[in-house]
Amino acid sequence: MARRRREFWTAICCLAPSAVVITAFHLWPLLYAAWVSLHDWGIKQGPLVGLANYREALGSAKWWQSLGVTGWYVLGTVPATLLLAYLIAELLNRPLRGRSFYRVLFFTPYIVSPVAAAAVWRGLFSRVSLPVNHWLVAHGWQINESGIWLIEPRGLFQWIAEAHGASVPSWAHGPSLALCCIMVVAIWTNLGFATVVLLGGLSQIPTEVLEAARLDGATGWRLRRQIIWPLLSPVLFFLLIVFVIRAFQAFSQIYVLTGQNDLLGTTSTATYYIWQEAFQSGGKGPGFGSAVAYLLFVMVLALTWLQFAVLGRRVHYGSGE
Amino acid sequence: MIAWWRRHDLGTHLLLLPLGLLMAAPFLWMLGTSLKTFEETTNLWPWPAVPQWQNYAEAWRAAPFGRYFLVSTVTAAAVTASVVLTGLLGGYSFGALRWRGQQTVLGVYLATMMVPFEVILIPNYLIVQKLHWIDRFPALIVPWAANVFSVFLVTQAFRSLPKDFREAAMLDGCGHWQYLWRIAAPLVAPSLATAAIFAFLGSWNSLLWPVIVLNSERMRTVEMGLSSFLQEEGASLHLLMAGSVVALLPVLLVFLAMQRRFIEGLAAGLKG
Repeated sequence: MARRRREFWTAICCLAPSAVVITAFHLWPLLYAAWVSLHDWGIKQGPLVGLANYREALGSAKWWQSLGVTGWYVLGTVPATLLLAYLIAELLNRPLRGRSFYRVLFFTPYIVSPVAAAAVWRGLFSRVSLPVNHWLVAHGWQINESGIWLIEPRGLFQWIAEAHGASVPSWAHGPSLALCCIMVVAIWTNLGFATVVLLGGLSQIPTEVLEAARLDGATGWRLRRQIIWPLLSPVLFFLLIVFVIRAFQAFSQIYVLTGQNDLLGTTSTATYYIWQEAFQSGGKGPGFGSAVAYLLFVMVLALTWLQFAVLGRRVHYGSGE
Repeated sequence: MIAWWRRHDLGTHLLLLPLGLLMAAPFLWMLGTSLKTFEETTNLWPWPAVPQWQNYAEAWRAAPFGRYFLVSTVTAAAVTASVVLTGLLGGYSFGALRWRGQQTVLGVYLATMMVPFEVILIPNYLIVQKLHWIDRFPALIVPWAANVFSVFLVTQAFRSLPKDFREAAMLDGCGHWQYLWRIAAPLVAPSLATAAIFAFLGSWNSLLWPVIVLNSERMRTVEMGLSSFLQEEGASLHLLMAGSVVALLPVLLVFLAMQRRFIEGLAAGLKG
């Protein structure tokens, strides 16, 4: 009994340091944010205003625009990253010479600082877009201004249509060219992470299972559809959830790539918008910012739940026993 | 011929090499541009006629990078050390000991992983402001001094240690602390290393939080320095790239030195 009690107190002492930090800076702020969001809170705490901040956010065109931008960002980055990563992982999942070299090569963008990476990409885009535009013009595209893509607020579909002398309604403009550039950088960054995780998933499929399936005559696409993809589905599902959540948090790349330019808000994702409103001069302050952050939290939670509800059932867990 | 082609997986390499080159291209371009003269930066050809090594000295002088490096290094080192320590202690508590309410507390811990960063950003700023930590090291370090991911990683490692191990050590008169430091810590070292690398990278590469809690010229991280260098009008491309190389180098070296452990630790950590 005495030993039990001693063990209890040891456990509490061991847990205390992390518990203090996590309570003070992760749990408590969650409640605090809710409290702040109910106030007219600019530079200083103002009066309680109830749900006014939420109402204002829901009526704000900029907020809805930032959600639209985020939506394009998710659609433009997540499927492409997963598809490319799967392709690479399957190519690497065999006794190949230089396997670890490739692994490091693909993974490196994930660890380098987003700011330095963005600096490089900004330079690259500014040097590459002019010659490519020239080339496009030479091949029958009519581009009125051969602008730099990264500071181009026109939508992708709009840009393509205009280059061919057509026009599209404003709801079909698509993501701005600048946002497309950001998406390229995002895919480049996350590809290595997804590849490594998928490679881990592929290498965990027991070789006996694959052998048995091959003996039964399953090869190529049938082997993939009936054995590999179902067994890989938990990993794919995990990556999908993580990448969607992360896409909603995108900040550094946008801050550095297009932060200073006024692109009519076409690259302001939801998190960037929250930062602008809460911390930039001219923003509406912490009260409004917290309300928007909570709205975003609820939306991400709902989206995650939706993914679990729609896809979760089709994910194959365990060894099928 | 076909057999030879097959044996060396040439088809696979033919697909992987161009993709790999695309991934590496930005780095090569950065390196090339950082060594160009100002006139050469408008060329499309990525490599200079004569490498201009003095660009690095010039970029280093263009902003107080020495100071930025000091701020970033102190912050990253302190965060990494305390994440390892709190992770080891927390992991021991969850993974090796048995106590009432353990599962509930672990559940609360794991639930906080779902809390998105942007929700706690504003209140954390207000808390840091109330504590008068703005523009000071505690603001950069304390909120990140422990994280659930590391605690969980080490918990999993402790769980995979054989039970009788600890019993035997205890019977030999080994106390909790002695067991933890002398015997258990080396056994869970791989998980601690993974936690350390993630903590270091997360701290070194973060931008949003430092931008919010720091506002003086004296307190700036490398990331902030580089990003304001980047946003200055008229900063020339070759110097910018030299600055980027300088900012990238520490992290890149750490990663290349530990890449095996890092990539495998990541895969192992996700399995748990």
